[in-house]
Amino acid sequence: MLIIACVKQVPDTSDVKVDSATGTLVREGVPAVMNPFDQFALEEGVRLRDAAGEGAEIVALSMGPPQARSALMKALALGADRAILLTDRAFAGADTWATSYTLARAVGALGKIDLIMCGLQAVDGDTAQTGPEMAQHLRLPQVTYAERVTLDGKTLTVKRQTDTGYEIVEVRMPALLTCTPPADFVPSTPPFSAIIKAKKKPYEEWGAEKINTDADKLGLKGSPTQVKRVFSPPKRGQGVMLEGNSAAAVAGELFQVLAKGGVL
Amino acid sequence: MITLAAEKCIGCVKCVKACPFGVIVMKGKKAVIGDGCTLCGACEQICPVSAITIERAMKDIDLTQYSGVWVVAETEGSQRVKNFTFELLGKGRELTDILGQSVSCILLGNDVAKFADTLIHHGADSVFIGESEALSRYRAEAFAPVITGLISRYKPCIVLFGATHAGRDLAPRVAASLELGLTADCTGLSILDGLLLQTRPAFGGNIMADIICPYTRPQMATVRPNVMKKMEPDAKRAGEKITVPVKIDASSFRIVLKEILDSPQTGKVKIDEADIIVSGGRGVCTNGGFALLEELAGVLGGVVGCSRVAVDLGCRPKSVQVGQSGTTVSPKLYVAVGISGSIQHQVGMKSSDTIVAINNDPAAPIFQVADFGIIGDYRAIIPALVVEVKKNRGG
Repeated sequence: MLIIACVKQVPDTSDVKVDSATGTLVREGVPAVMNPFDQFALEEGVRLRDAAGEGAEIVALSMGPPQARSALMKALALGADRAILLTDRAFAGADTWATSYTLARAVGALGKIDLIMCGLQAVDGDTAQTGPEMAQHLRLPQVTYAERVTLDGKTLTVKRQTDTGYEIVEVRMPALLTCTPPADFVPSTPPFSAIIKAKKKPYEEWGAEKINTDADKLGLKGSPTQVKRVFSPPKRGQGVMLEGNSAAAVAGELFQVLAKGGVL
Repeated sequence: MITLAAEKCIGCVKCVKACPFGVIVMKGKKAVIGDGCTLCGACEQICPVSAITIERAMKDIDLTQYSGVWVVAETEGSQRVKNFTFELLGKGRELTDILGQSVSCILLGNDVAKFADTLIHHGADSVFIGESEALSRYRAEAFAPVITGLISRYKPCIVLFGATHAGRDLAPRVAASLELGLTADCTGLSILDGLLLQTRPAFGGNIMADIICPYTRPQMATVRPNVMKKMEPDAKRAGEKITVPVKIDASSFRIVLKEILDSPQTGKVKIDEADIIVSGGRGVCTNGGFALLEELAGVLGGVVGCSRVAVDLGCRPKSVQVGQSGTTVSPKLYVAVGISGSIQHQVGMKSSDTIVAINNDPAAPIFQVADFGIIGDYRAIIPALVVEVKKNRGG
């Protein structure tokens, strides 16, 4: 069984600012980590590989600048057998369409795969689009919002979130899953020995020439969407603190301001 | 353009079953694509021997042949239309009035044609109605090809989906297959120089971005529920109803639904459609304080929500969790009780019209987004507030 786990390196904070002079994101000094949704998907993938037994393999796949290697090193330390970084200036500026296209081509270059594990979304872009778009490019069935996955032969049973709760679905591999951690998920911290071992595992960097792509569909050039502007969200007005002497007084005060504002 | 390489065809009839429009037939032992193909791609995906190929000329297309704003409706089975559909129709009206085009609604389901009139009253000029047993519950395999096919055939200029679990599963599938841009979770839509300007939050709401799709059509976006304003329904509005013949054989699906585990809802109104939400966090959970919140929500005519911690502690169901990993809400009034206000929680409630925070920790980040803050013990304040509301409303 061959499993692909897609991981993205993201800034380790949601507290990103816009440079008001240049209108671009200030990323300097912000440490990068593996997208938490991807870590859950990867750990599930590692568990499925172990469940599948002898001969099963999990490959961590990422697209990004050379620094994204560190996210793949962590993937290897968390149990991936092999890692591939798609890195090429031609890939830069890709939106979800071009990213999913590039990742799908890389998967295509890996031969017959059984399962692709993605995080539901990345915490920087928050789009949740790259996974399903990849599934479409590869003509695979997709199960999004997956929380629990079990494997029985060639069939996966997945518990997934829906708008009204959960549903249990069965899908025969090959398939693509996008995963979101359940409330009780605690991300693993790889032990030092695993980090050392990771450095000896196969790691490759692939450029555009390594995968069969149409150059017009890569990076900024291949991206149908364009970012016209980024800006800081308008701040909410300064809040008012209500300070009554008693609970009854403060409750009365709150009711009055809400009634005056037409809220109640 | 679609081609079927007869020499590759093994006669497995998978494509015949998969075609949602029923235009593929077997002639001899080979599949043949008949008239009425919409290029939806369902057959291409399912063919085990890659005998079917679709070529789409998406580069250098004539953009002027694309016209109209489409809203993809969502229903709860045959019970009701989800609120966001009306919101998007209202927005669609606004956009088309600038563009001088028309608004269409795509209504797929089982026994849903009865909703067409309300959709027209809420702003649709026409409603495409596709009904099938296989469409009774949302699934990408059934919905994506039908919508892809309709877009290929009718060429709208803009297509809007709800940024719900279903919409976020469906829209990227359609976008990838038609080689289209897609902007996720929009909170603002306007027209700039004839293009759809799509405004969306990123980085957990810390950054906003304006996105355009200058060279591809339709321009597609998923839009957050509760952000756009619906129009006042007008029972005199007339519109066209177009029946889409849908013929789906569910036995061709690769994903099989085994069980539905819907969470119990507290109250009749769903959290993402409530006007007033009283939400509790850790502080409320540990003291059994949710009963107090229920009482306040009751007198206000609202519903009770919660932070992630309350779900983790097992005292509230996931269906009422507000935040990045739960539901995004934007009610008229959001009362956060004993919620510290992590950035992830804020993402889910920051766009509420009015925010009230009640917390005994003056340093709680929730106060930074609150319009009105009270530092104190909710166990005293909430009952006092209940008394106040009852008094003023003569209850």
